[in-house]
Amino acid sequence: MGNIFPRWINLLPIKLIICLGALATVIAGLTWYVATPKFTRVGYAPQQPIPFDHSLHAGQLKMDCRYCHTFVEDSPHSNIPAAQTCWNCHGPGKVKADSPALEPLRQAMDTDNENYTGDPIRWVQIHETPDYAYFNHAAHVNRGVSCVECHGKVNEMSVVYHAKNLSMGFCLDCHRNVDEHLRPLDQITNLDWEAEDENVGEFYARIASKSGKSEAELMEADGIGEGDSLTQKIVGKHLQGLWNVHPPQDCASCHR
Amino acid sequence: MASDASTTDQPIHPSEAEGVAREPLVLNNRSMAWVTDRICGIVENRQPLIWWVLFIPSVLLAGLLGGTLVYLVSTGVGVWGNNQPVAWGWAIVNFVFWIGIGHAGTLISAILFLTRQKWRTSVNRASEAMTLFAVVCAGIYPGFHVGRFWMVWFLAPIPNANAIWQNFKSPLLWDVFAVSTYFTVSVLFWYVGLIPDLATLRDRAKAKLAKVLYGLFALGWRGGNRQWRHYEMAYLILAGISTPLVLSVHSVVSFDFATSIVPGWHTTIFPPYFVAGAVFGGFAMVLTLMLPVRKLYGLEDMITHKHVDNMAKIILLTGTIVGYAYIMELFISYYSASKYEGDAFHLRILSGPYTWAYYCMFFCNVISPQVFWFKKARLNLWVVFIVANIVNCGMWFERFVIIPTTLARDFLPGQWGYYSPSITEKLMFLGTFGLFMMLFLLFIRFLPVIAIAEVKGVLPENDPHHPDWVKLKEKRRAAAAAE
Repeated sequence: MGNIFPRWINLLPIKLIICLGALATVIAGLTWYVATPKFTRVGYAPQQPIPFDHSLHAGQLKMDCRYCHTFVEDSPHSNIPAAQTCWNCHGPGKVKADSPALEPLRQAMDTDNENYTGDPIRWVQIHETPDYAYFNHAAHVNRGVSCVECHGKVNEMSVVYHAKNLSMGFCLDCHRNVDEHLRPLDQITNLDWEAEDENVGEFYARIASKSGKSEAELMEADGIGEGDSLTQKIVGKHLQGLWNVHPPQDCASCHR
Repeated sequence: MASDASTTDQPIHPSEAEGVAREPLVLNNRSMAWVTDRICGIVENRQPLIWWVLFIPSVLLAGLLGGTLVYLVSTGVGVWGNNQPVAWGWAIVNFVFWIGIGHAGTLISAILFLTRQKWRTSVNRASEAMTLFAVVCAGIYPGFHVGRFWMVWFLAPIPNANAIWQNFKSPLLWDVFAVSTYFTVSVLFWYVGLIPDLATLRDRAKAKLAKVLYGLFALGWRGGNRQWRHYEMAYLILAGISTPLVLSVHSVVSFDFATSIVPGWHTTIFPPYFVAGAVFGGFAMVLTLMLPVRKLYGLEDMITHKHVDNMAKIILLTGTIVGYAYIMELFISYYSASKYEGDAFHLRILSGPYTWAYYCMFFCNVISPQVFWFKKARLNLWVVFIVANIVNCGMWFERFVIIPTTLARDFLPGQWGYYSPSITEKLMFLGTFGLFMMLFLLFIRFLPVIAIAEVKGVLPENDPHHPDWVKLKEKRRAAAAAE
């Protein structure tokens, strides 16, 4: 048997290397783009049994997050409110009592309703921490981590969606750079808070009363003059020192 | 196929002219054509019955390996017997066992090449193949020992959404790098060495499919001067790259133990001791495989008593180094006056639960190779085969002594335990032998077991300065006439 290979075979290895390299690049790029939480989770906005509008309640009406999510400061788990909480305002003869959108609420609460079942409203969970990761809402909320850090500006969402990717990298990014994310405890549920809004005098007075240094000393160390506004870094740094915040970074702190 | 007829004349070799009797590497004045015919014949002719008798059970055992792995992954790691305190059971014992076996291949292919040990040419191809198959078997164990096999990609430093990175201070990570580098370089070295022989098989192939496949893998080799110059340079460079790997891979494996603080592991002698042990066990496995192959396929003229003798001497040398390390470990545990070190070795050799394993190891690895001091023993192939197999067992026991013996007796008696493997682990170990044998038998079936081009290079007629061409020709003619 003579030579059975045609001439074009000579270039085949080079062509194969180029094609396989391109294929590998495309696969790696696609994996990076579509198989990571920033794609798989962000934007998830399921339809809820009642089209509850956070931008109306928390935004326009300025209801505090904790009116409904009552246990967030005390419990590892931030609760979804019971139907009774809705009933407080939307009960018989109150706000929008007859709205057809509130039918599931009346089925849950109104004993006079012909479709009354008494079963809770089946809200669809949007943010879910996996079983193998321990997360404690109270530990975060009581140490200056606002709702907005993980849930985004819910006060501007008419339909709540998954705003942040909540990957492990997302958690670690904050645990490694905690000063970029802390705010005063009274601003935890103020999702629009910016460090620049903080009153410089009041802030330093509060820090000075706890740290044993004078306000002038602290301001000079930070390079803050009379008319300047605060930055997140400065606020975070002081609060971290004040509360002695050292977020754990070892595996066992979340994977217990 | 060429005739097996041999002449009883004195062999011809250039060294005769220099007055130094040097044993020829290929016996019976075999010609280049004979070498090609004999080696290619193994691939081209029907396999002997014994090939099938070995191959079918090997495939079944390899399937058993797959079955145990499916069972392990689908059920969970609890089907293995290892748990606290012995978290590294047979999985790591067998990993170190297999990875150690591979070392003879790299030593033969790289170090013996650089040191111009021409006898390597008859055994390097099969030893390198053995290396690759042993590393394949070895790699299975840590891969599944991580617990969640589908997360095994965490071993590689790939950017990920978890924002976690490998612990570069851990020897376990460097173990991953060492073994994967070792495998990659070994594959390349083996393949580059195969190219001229694949071209030979291509040129001789009669079936279309064989012609196409050997042709594709021969990469258009024509045997021209330019090609040989490039080829030999590539081979030399790869030999240079492989040489440090002979020492580094098992050193890094030994760091898995030596950098811990567990008494019995925390010793500086581990790297040289592991490397010597790996070469020791590797050569034993080479002999275990090559002695039957040599007999079955009539390769006695190429894998001669000289080769067996040389390998037996290496086994004797490295076995004695290993014996020195065993005794030095005991001495240091006494001499250091460290209480924990002393206790660890007291438990290992006298009062612990695995003392039987220690004495098995000591007999197999230190006592049994001592017969190789005697030339008669080195020349008796049965003795060599049996000792090589005893050494194979001994090297397995060595890893068993190092791992469960040490872990079962930690610092605190409250942490003491006893480990015995589950049936799944035992079947899995059996299964890796099946996989290993299956791959090796396939290698014999489809690739030249001896490097044809290299063996031709050590024939006297390849030597342009040969003193007596006429004499050689006469002998050839006489041999042909005698047929």
